[in-house]
Amino acid sequence: MGLYSLNVLVSNTMRYQRLYFQQFIPAVALQASQRQMLLQSNARETVLTSHQRSASFARDLAAGKLNMKWICPYPTLKTEDDLKELNQLSDTVAKFFSEKVDSTKMDREANFDPAVIEGLKDMGLFGTQIPEEYGGLGLSNVQYARVLEEVSTDGAITVMLAAHQAIGLKGILIAGNKEQKEKYLPRLATGEWIAAFCLTEPSSGSDAASIQTRATLSEDGKTWLLNGEKIWITNGGFADIMTVFAKTQVEEANGELKDKVTAFIVERTFGGVTSGNPEDKLGIRASNTCSVNFENTPVPAENVLGEVGGGFKIAMKILNSGRFSMGSSVAGQLKRMLATVTEHATTRTQFGRKLSEFGIIQDKIFDMTLKIYAAESMAYMTAGQMDILDENGDPPDCSIEAAMVKIYSSEAAWSCGSECLQILGGLGYMKDMPYERMLRDARILLIFEGTNEILRLYVALSMMQYAGAKLQQRLKLAKQGDGRERWTAIMDLFREYMRVESSTKFLPNRSFGLTAPHATKTWLHDSMVNSGKMIEANVDSFRKRVYLNLRKYGKKIQDEQLVLKTFADIAINIYAMSAVLGRCNKAKILSLRNCDHEKLIATAFIKKTYKENLVLLESLLDPYPFDCKEESKRVCDAIMEERRYLCSHPLEVVHRYQEHPKYLEHLERIKLLRE
Amino acid sequence: MARVLVGVKRVVDYAVKIRVKPDKSGVVTDGVKHSMNPFDEIAVEEAIRLKEKKFASEVVAVTCGPTQNQETLRTALAMGADRGIHVEIPAADYPKVGPLHVSKILAKLAQKEEAGLIIVGKQAIDDDCNQTAQMTASFLDWPQGTFASELKLEGDKLTVVREIDGGLETIELKMPAVVSADLRLNEPRYATLPNIMKAKKKKVDKLSPSDLGVEIATNIEVLEVSDPPVRDAGMKVENTEELISKLKEAGLV
Repeated sequence: MGLYSLNVLVSNTMRYQRLYFQQFIPAVALQASQRQMLLQSNARETVLTSHQRSASFARDLAAGKLNMKWICPYPTLKTEDDLKELNQLSDTVAKFFSEKVDSTKMDREANFDPAVIEGLKDMGLFGTQIPEEYGGLGLSNVQYARVLEEVSTDGAITVMLAAHQAIGLKGILIAGNKEQKEKYLPRLATGEWIAAFCLTEPSSGSDAASIQTRATLSEDGKTWLLNGEKIWITNGGFADIMTVFAKTQVEEANGELKDKVTAFIVERTFGGVTSGNPEDKLGIRASNTCSVNFENTPVPAENVLGEVGGGFKIAMKILNSGRFSMGSSVAGQLKRMLATVTEHATTRTQFGRKLSEFGIIQDKIFDMTLKIYAAESMAYMTAGQMDILDENGDPPDCSIEAAMVKIYSSEAAWSCGSECLQILGGLGYMKDMPYERMLRDARILLIFEGTNEILRLYVALSMMQYAGAKLQQRLKLAKQGDGRERWTAIMDLFREYMRVESSTKFLPNRSFGLTAPHATKTWLHDSMVNSGKMIEANVDSFRKRVYLNLRKYGKKIQDEQLVLKTFADIAINIYAMSAVLGRCNKAKILSLRNCDHEKLIATAFIKKTYKENLVLLESLLDPYPFDCKEESKRVCDAIMEERRYLCSHPLEVVHRYQEHPKYLEHLERIKLLRE
Repeated sequence: MARVLVGVKRVVDYAVKIRVKPDKSGVVTDGVKHSMNPFDEIAVEEAIRLKEKKFASEVVAVTCGPTQNQETLRTALAMGADRGIHVEIPAADYPKVGPLHVSKILAKLAQKEEAGLIIVGKQAIDDDCNQTAQMTASFLDWPQGTFASELKLEGDKLTVVREIDGGLETIELKMPAVVSADLRLNEPRYATLPNIMKAKKKKVDKLSPSDLGVEIATNIEVLEVSDPPVRDAGMKVENTEELISKLKEAGLV
């Protein structure tokens, strides 16, 4: 069939016929322009339709695969009308915040303005994710993320609302039975009742499983008595409904009695609930953070959330489900800051020129733009995937990706906030300007909802676990599987070996198919192909390092926190690059407004992050000549031993065997503490 | 109880920095944020308050313009209007449309819908014409209460307090009537998120001007739109002597 008639055929047939032909025509046979047209038309369809849900991006990454169904199509709303409605929702919220909310005043007074809270309740912001049947808005994750972009104008309000609905009442939404939902959700949706999430205790922060609050069942089995102290509870001073986690004695299958965490819905009216004084905080000062004490608080047995002993899982599910929204709220706030900062940079003159003409300032703005773009892209990609329910109507487990979004956006908020303040110089440091408040408000993002350190370990360990399990399974099948399974397993291992040990490129890559000759499955716009290749290269190296380190450390990898941190950083970078690529691809194919500008941002971001990843990947090699693990261990051990800086003073010239009396005192004190 | 007709216009948002098009034919509107005319928001708010106080039976929001005007109608519905009427005018013809045409349309609609009260904003912030309410009343031969800062409805008597140059004027109108809303009439409510989501289920009728027998033909041609002249910087003087000497220098005294 001639190429000309192929052209006509392609443009005249229906979509399914196009796809049909596409399967059988190797890419090399088509001219570049025809391929482009074919890809564009298919890509356009693909970009606007939603695929069925597929496995986690991060886990596939651990196995060395780029999950294309996450990247393309980039999530979109079902209809244009939906988008219009969402924009209307967000614009209304934005209008309210710009006209009615005085963040500086609330921060200074460390208190909310009651009129603002009433306005938020009237607006319906207290029940955004509660289903409509219970009086809420029933917003999907994507819609919620979009609305939060505008709410983040004020950090304290964002945190207060998040503590109420993203974690406080989420437990009832996720694990509550019908009676609990009907009893509590309607009044929580209107804001008549406010919720709080009570997990943290003085001795249990990151180590949530070690909580000591206890709940003991009464003789008649109808009431639990709750005793304990929870600290740093947002909304703790006035919350009416609290999700409280306590240890309960559970009888295991083998008759053994164990302490397991159980979740309870506790009303303040049950009695025995007291709140401490509000904490004086660095940032989000208007929000209420205090300790909550439970003294023999009677909790009816119907108020157990989920199963007795199943509380830890519920806590993790709750925390995992709210994390992704940090990406969009950070992006929203940074976009507003970018507008004001560039306003300053283009008007302020020094050395006879505007600040915006100087390279270092431009670099700061550029860096901020890249980070905003990446945070947005990742947040909506994750939210979009979370909205695709599986066959049972259950939301998928995107906890690893949500954690990645949280880590990236919280650190972007802190560093970009700091740079914004820097651009304004001395003026940025003054309380007259809002930048110092925004920076202070941003600092908590790295700490709460799972510290970034814990989340990095979570991301890395989940990926290691998956990769390790897959490897083990293959090994098992290769040794003991029956006929076909065994053959497939051996072939898989061989292929892995070929990929990991050698750098042969003749084996077709399963992701974009860019580096292999059979490129029929690529949905990328031509201008984005290079960026795609960089991501693929990173993924390839990542896979190699994963296997290398799994083989080197085995199960002990859990203790190698620096190695895990590096893996997490690389994975987060790869996720960011993929999200950016997917979004920019969509923009180019649909020719959205300013799509060429987006392409510049995406290309630069991918180039920069690719290079960063190269450095990180190199540090995972074995042996790594610049490794400081040995030095680090010995220095830290010595310092922790004496709990002080050990070097002699820079000006010291005389050997001193005799120590300063102050130091001898210090040594004595430590010795006493040890005994 | 009267049916209230409220006219809403989609204009460039008040907070946007207006820029003149390079060919001086008008103002840049592409890609610029638009929203409902602030005075029309006040008009909608008043209509809804009348309905809440049970003086009005139904609030119908009307807009004349291209497809994008649907968003403005949606905002009115989200604020509490019961249904909407979109008089569609293609984007190419829209620049020709002015208060004369809109008032003809509103007049015809008032008769069609059997409205007892028409409330519009006193003027639109893009053209500042301040003509629609007056022309509509004239076409219908209804009494008019313009620049209303207070509205009271009792039976079929409408008491309007008007803000005029000399102060406040209170007049009594017999329904049906036309009212134009001024700034201090009320403070418009924020549309609540649940109401925005309910708004998409409300009925919106689509008509064209020819359905109402109105022709879009204008005798007015815009010759040029240009920026106002840049203000010269002022000067501070220490005392009256210096003022006089400066004025003498400038040849003004």
